[in-house]
Amino acid sequence: MGFLKRARVKSPWILHYCTGGCNGCDIEILACLTPLYDVERFGMLNIGNPKHADVLMITGPVNWKNREVLQRLYAQTPDPKVVIAVGACAATGGVFHNCVNTLGGVDKVIPVDVYVRGCAARPEAIIDGVVLALQKLEEKRSGGVAHAAGAR
Amino acid sequence: MTLTWPIIIAVAAVLLAPLVGGLLRGLDRKLTARMQGRLGPPLTQPFYDFGKLVGKSRSVSSRASIAWVWSYFLLTLTAFALFFLGQDLLVVFFILAFAGGALAFGALSARSPYARFGANRELLQMLSYEPILLLAAVAIYFQTGGFTVYSVFEANQPLLPFLPLVFVAVLVALGIKMRKSPFDIAASEHAHQELVRGVYTEYSGPHLALIELTHWYELVLLMAFLALFWVQPLWVGVLIAFAAYFLELWIDNIAARLRWSWMLGASWGVGIGFIVANLVLLSVLL
Repeated sequence: MGFLKRARVKSPWILHYCTGGCNGCDIEILACLTPLYDVERFGMLNIGNPKHADVLMITGPVNWKNREVLQRLYAQTPDPKVVIAVGACAATGGVFHNCVNTLGGVDKVIPVDVYVRGCAARPEAIIDGVVLALQKLEEKRSGGVAHAAGAR
Repeated sequence: MTLTWPIIIAVAAVLLAPLVGGLLRGLDRKLTARMQGRLGPPLTQPFYDFGKLVGKSRSVSSRASIAWVWSYFLLTLTAFALFFLGQDLLVVFFILAFAGGALAFGALSARSPYARFGANRELLQMLSYEPILLLAAVAIYFQTGGFTVYSVFEANQPLLPFLPLVFVAVLVALGIKMRKSPFDIAASEHAHQELVRGVYTEYSGPHLALIELTHWYELVLLMAFLALFWVQPLWVGVLIAFAAYFLELWIDNIAARLRWSWMLGASWGVGIGFIVANLVLLSVLL
């Protein structure tokens, strides 16, 4: 149905979780909600409940402590869903690269659809990332791409 | 009265209410955004949210909660239809109370601390506003000589000049029922999440969509009840209802959340106090 598909793109609810970064990216994510960027224009809401979320926005390199939490959040989010790894840490581990306590990126634990670069990622880049993620969300509906190439 | 017209009105109201309720919620989000210096989502955003939730996969924590969600919806729909059939206000409010209870029981049937907290608070909210609504119906009885919606239309003067304090009390009840600050106790609004989503935490996808749809019916029903305070002519009442809605949004944006004990004190103290004062004044002056 056309309306349901359109509604999916027009109403992404975002769950934001930090897996142990420096909180720089988290501040930038929250900056997207302010009057300057106002992502609610596009129907985006910052939601605190994985069961209501469509987009998982993950920052930080993921450490051994919160690996399970991340897996659980992913499992609790109903399909269709997309995962955005925000910032250098979430993509590759960033400044925490090769630290013994970290896993070095969100894609070591859950499949990632979109990577947003930057340290910290700029709000404009984050919004671009969400737009890209929404295109993938639309494809998922029609049974297209399951997750990004290179994701584990 | 013949029964044909009320049935036509009720059917039309049941069919149109989701549209009106959704647009009202859209207006709410738009106005709230404007008050915060933002542009805000389009007016049709609630419909997109609804459509998206319908299309999500089903996942429930407890199968009993599905039954409770459906009873929440159907009971509210029953109360809604009875109101627009011109029936007894007391019956409408009793059914509405059971509907609210169903939402809380559905949350209680899942083993989640957040849903449990939310459900307890939802029940406390009902404890706060139910006496106001029931006493408002009693006040309407004193003024018009009947408990029915129909009797209000039969009366030859509007209610508001005689029941101004009752109207103020109903505004308090409206704030609690709309789950707006300072009374968003059971299901914290999106940005404040210490309860996650309180009573809605364990509902997701299509069931959450059903709850949203029920909220639209509830909202239209409450607005219609506010409009009842001035039905000669009806458009004045509609304007009053819209003014009250705007006032509620404004209060939502300037108020922080109260604790539940404050809510209970405020609603019982101000609400019941105002209604009783109004009835006493009415009997002394007239």
